[in-house]
Amino acid sequence: MLIPCPLCGPRDIREFTYRGHAAYLDRPATEDWSEAWNDYLHLRENPAGPTRDLWFHGQGCGAWLEVARDTVTHKVTSARLVAEEEA
Amino acid sequence: MRYSGLRVLTEGLRGNTGWKPAWRDPDPRPEYDIVIIGGGGHGLATAFYLAQEHKLRNVAVLEKGYLGGGNIGRNTTIVRANYLLDGNSQFYSHSLKLWEKLETTLNYNVMHSQRGIINLFHSDGQRDAYARRGNAMINQGDDAILLDRDGVRRMIPYLDFDQTRFPIYGGLYHPRGGTARHDAVAWGYARGADRRGVDLIQNCEVTGIDIEGGRVTGVQTSRGAIRAKKVGIVVAGRSSQVAAMAGMRLPIESHILQAFVTEGLKPVIDNVITYGMGHFYISQSDKGGLVFGGDLDFYASYAARGNLPMAEHVVEAGMTLMPMIGKARMLRSWGGIMDMSPDGSPIIDRTHIDGLYVNCGWCYGGFKAVPGSGHCFAHLLATDKPHPAAERYRLDRFTTGRGLMDEESTGSQHNLH
Repeated sequence: MLIPCPLCGPRDIREFTYRGHAAYLDRPATEDWSEAWNDYLHLRENPAGPTRDLWFHGQGCGAWLEVARDTVTHKVTSARLVAEEEA
Repeated sequence: MRYSGLRVLTEGLRGNTGWKPAWRDPDPRPEYDIVIIGGGGHGLATAFYLAQEHKLRNVAVLEKGYLGGGNIGRNTTIVRANYLLDGNSQFYSHSLKLWEKLETTLNYNVMHSQRGIINLFHSDGQRDAYARRGNAMINQGDDAILLDRDGVRRMIPYLDFDQTRFPIYGGLYHPRGGTARHDAVAWGYARGADRRGVDLIQNCEVTGIDIEGGRVTGVQTSRGAIRAKKVGIVVAGRSSQVAAMAGMRLPIESHILQAFVTEGLKPVIDNVITYGMGHFYISQSDKGGLVFGGDLDFYASYAARGNLPMAEHVVEAGMTLMPMIGKARMLRSWGGIMDMSPDGSPIIDRTHIDGLYVNCGWCYGGFKAVPGSGHCFAHLLATDKPHPAAERYRLDRFTTGRGLMDEESTGSQHNLH
């Protein structure tokens, strides 16, 4: 798998650390424990097909990327910098 | 047809013309008391114990492909009970006891071989951790022997004991651990369930779960609707998709785990060996192939095949531990889809929907659990009470934080196990 890092270009997955589904970006607003936190930490749609997940380019530019890829085919379609505002 | 040595002999004399199919291939009936979704090891074992222990025979197993076509035929066949934590410890102990009488129970040769497992350690700290684990195993009533370096050397002299990076300090020996012929386990349970009246329905994909007033009433399938009083979901890596049919989200992420096998060789590795410092474990199949594997690829995947970085890592770890295997040629590699739970331990529980039960989260350790999982899930389906050996496998432990079983002490979040 090659991940198209917006800063470094297409790079081998050896350079990246996987974090999990991009749902991690939607952190609950409140610090108090609630079902929202259980959803956030544990419950997953776990899609078989297109997904968005977070990868850390630790052996490259050090950026966090949100990668669009397919869990069935391993095809990677795009990647964006998490630090950039959603368009 | 009961199998026996005499039967083999007489069939041999008759040119093997008298063998019958090991199970029927029935069409689905419109209604069952219990429908089990998933005809893998765990689902077939569940059906078998429902019929055998609880005398519930109006049961169907629905399998979208063929029986035993998933992870039960894709794993590396290790059977063990060397868990540390309360909850896991008694469950796997229970499962191993069922393994030890499985061939008699099923009247089927699953080639269960208690050849022993040796977990190697490579530092003082690791020795302490394995001593503690061994004590927990002994307290559970299972067996564990702490071997020093010479003790390991006597058993498996061909390891690279003096490698500079991770020299071998010793190993935790679990003599009752071993391997089994994985396909035969599925076939044995299938035959046993079928003989007791369970309908095993293949090429029957569940496409919907019917729920009325908070109670399950049946399933929709590619072979028509089937009514059921109770439905059990036992579909491993596909748990999230099937649970979604009931409007549920599970604490599961599906990941890829690779396995590898070499060409057939003369007997050389007598036991199961695990490397404590690189994720690598190995045994030799009865056909002679070296069967080995390592860690997850560590990204969500349903591809049933992995990528090269992990293959490379596993092979390198193996070469570090036992350089002699470098001359063996690797024949095949493949991947299985692991239903990973946040704490790395499984779930056998009711759901918030009456009559709907779930058995999942076996992570990369489902094979050895097959008898225990089937036995405990059958108990839950039949009695609506958790079996004592599996009462810790609650679905709500992530919500409440109570009773988490994080065997590796890495935390209770996805992607940490």
